[in-house]
Amino acid sequence: MSELTLARDADGNLANKADWNEEAALMLAKEEGIELLNERRWVVINFMRKVFEEKGDAPSIRRLTKESGINTKELYELFPGGPAKKAAKIAGLPKPKGCI
Amino acid sequence: MKKLLILGGGTAGTMMLNKLNGVLDANDWQITIVDQFETHYYQPGFLFIPFGIYSKKDVVKPKRDYFPTGTNVVMSEIDKIEPNENRVLLKNNQVLTYDVLIIATGSKISPDEIEGLKDELWFKNIFDFYTIEGACALAGFFKNWQGGKLVLNIAEMPIKCPVAPLEFVFLADWYFTERGIRDKVEIHFVTPLPGAFTKPKASSILGDFLDKKNIKLTSEFSIAKVDNENKKIISWDEKEVPFDVLVSIPPNMGDEAIARSGMGDEFNFIPTNKHTLQSDNYKNIFIIGDATNLPSSKAGSVAHFEADILFENILSYINGEPLRASFDGHANCFIESGFGKGILIDFNYDTEPLPGKFPLPGVGPFSLLEETKMNHYGKVMFRWMYWNQLLTGKELPIESNMSMAGKRG
Ligand SMILES: Cc1cc2nc3c(=O)[nH]c(=O)nc-3n(C[C@H](O)[C@H](O)[C@H](O)COP(=O)(O)OP(=O)(O)OC[C@H]3O[C@@H](n4cnc5c(N)ncnc54)[C@H](O)[C@@H]3O)c2cc1C
Repeated sequence: MSELTLARDADGNLANKADWNEEAALMLAKEEGIELLNERRWVVINFMRKVFEEKGDAPSIRRLTKESGINTKELYELFPGGPAKKAAKIAGLPKPKGCI
Repeated sequence: MKKLLILGGGTAGTMMLNKLNGVLDANDWQITIVDQFETHYYQPGFLFIPFGIYSKKDVVKPKRDYFPTGTNVVMSEIDKIEPNENRVLLKNNQVLTYDVLIIATGSKISPDEIEGLKDELWFKNIFDFYTIEGACALAGFFKNWQGGKLVLNIAEMPIKCPVAPLEFVFLADWYFTERGIRDKVEIHFVTPLPGAFTKPKASSILGDFLDKKNIKLTSEFSIAKVDNENKKIISWDEKEVPFDVLVSIPPNMGDEAIARSGMGDEFNFIPTNKHTLQSDNYKNIFIIGDATNLPSSKAGSVAHFEADILFENILSYINGEPLRASFDGHANCFIESGFGKGILIDFNYDTEPLPGKFPLPGVGPFSLLEETKMNHYGKVMFRWMYWNQLLTGKELPIESNMSMAGKRG
């Protein structure tokens, strides 16, 4: 699989959720400058996918902090720059709608 | 006798009351409205107070002046809603039952959510302008300030009136120029967003305005805490921005009563159908204004467009018909940009703010995403419209759903 084979939306996130798997996740992570998906990062990614499944939108940082079991400080260490945005991308989800 | 209960007598609650009163048969329906405070604040006016353009007296009126006679008005804090029992408990120990409930409890700032924000420097060198107290305290500070680093920080999205922080820095540029000390004031706009605004086209155009007005932009800054001792704000990833005066937009959240009722999301906003405005969880509950979790702007203009839709859907619901009216996320915001000019944006869920013209019958076209004197008059006129037309539930000359007329794609 290469980057070219996966359809993207306007934000560069996967266009089709069905294209996502662990391998795709690692590729997307590398695009975001994250070389390794360790256990803590997977906690966040799996939480993102679970919430999306239930609510149809990826969670905000506030929700991540409240419910994923990982505090804000660590979230920024795991996904420097923008935890909610980056983790959503790596989880194969569209960018969170959250903020208008 | 059936009961329609409205929680919150601010912008949205008052509009719904005035629209429904006289339309619902008074022999069949009793309408009750609950609020905790007697005074109605024109919140868009708070923006002008720090710069001495408005004072407190320009933005207040008694709420009851806008409630039609015959309305059952209850002044008490709401303790909680019990949606499965169809009743609401008040802090004054009253219990109100309902057949149909409209929740319009709005949103407010929560400075306690940020470490060190409401600390030693609060209302000394750190202010908000989203409350009357903050806006007035900041006016007092600015009057005697001789210059330094002015930092505006948005803590977290979503916030109500997402253009207000931009207007604030535009007006600060104008105000300190008028005072002859603009060269001594460094204005710095610090936001968690990737640019000046939420939507890409508008963000880039508004970003250019910041540049032109010599306002520094720091984007993707998520505040973790305020260091009161060294006067700086620190982000989660340890970036620092020093300030002499910090104007903060703290996290905006729904009321605690919503949390106590177990009806809110992580911001205490209520899950709401984005088209019908019906609660996702309870068929006889409807939500309007800032209290919803809709992916639209939280603004008075938005609440007004929602009110047209909700009015129809409440009538349909009462008549046992399907909810046909559908809200499209329409927002229409005048952005005051200083020096007697303004910028206008008009958008909805699907269409981001675009440049072009905005036709308004009888008044003439406004320019979209451009700085003009006409747009400034639009903003000035908004206050009159707010008190005299909007709150009273009158029709405004603007369609509730967005129109593409005049816009350039
Ligand atoms: C600085 C600033 C500038 C703005 N500029 C603009 C602008 O230019 N244009 C624009 O369209 N909008 C603007 N807005 C936004 C606009 O004011 C709000 O979106 C609008 O007022 C929302 O109406 P609402 O009825 O949802 O909430 P509100 O008007 O805030 O009303 C909520 C009401 O509920 C009551 N309430 C809440 N909880 C309880 C409780 N537990 N018990 C009893 N009562 C309760 C409150 O007392 C209040 O009266 C601005 C806002 C601010 C702060």
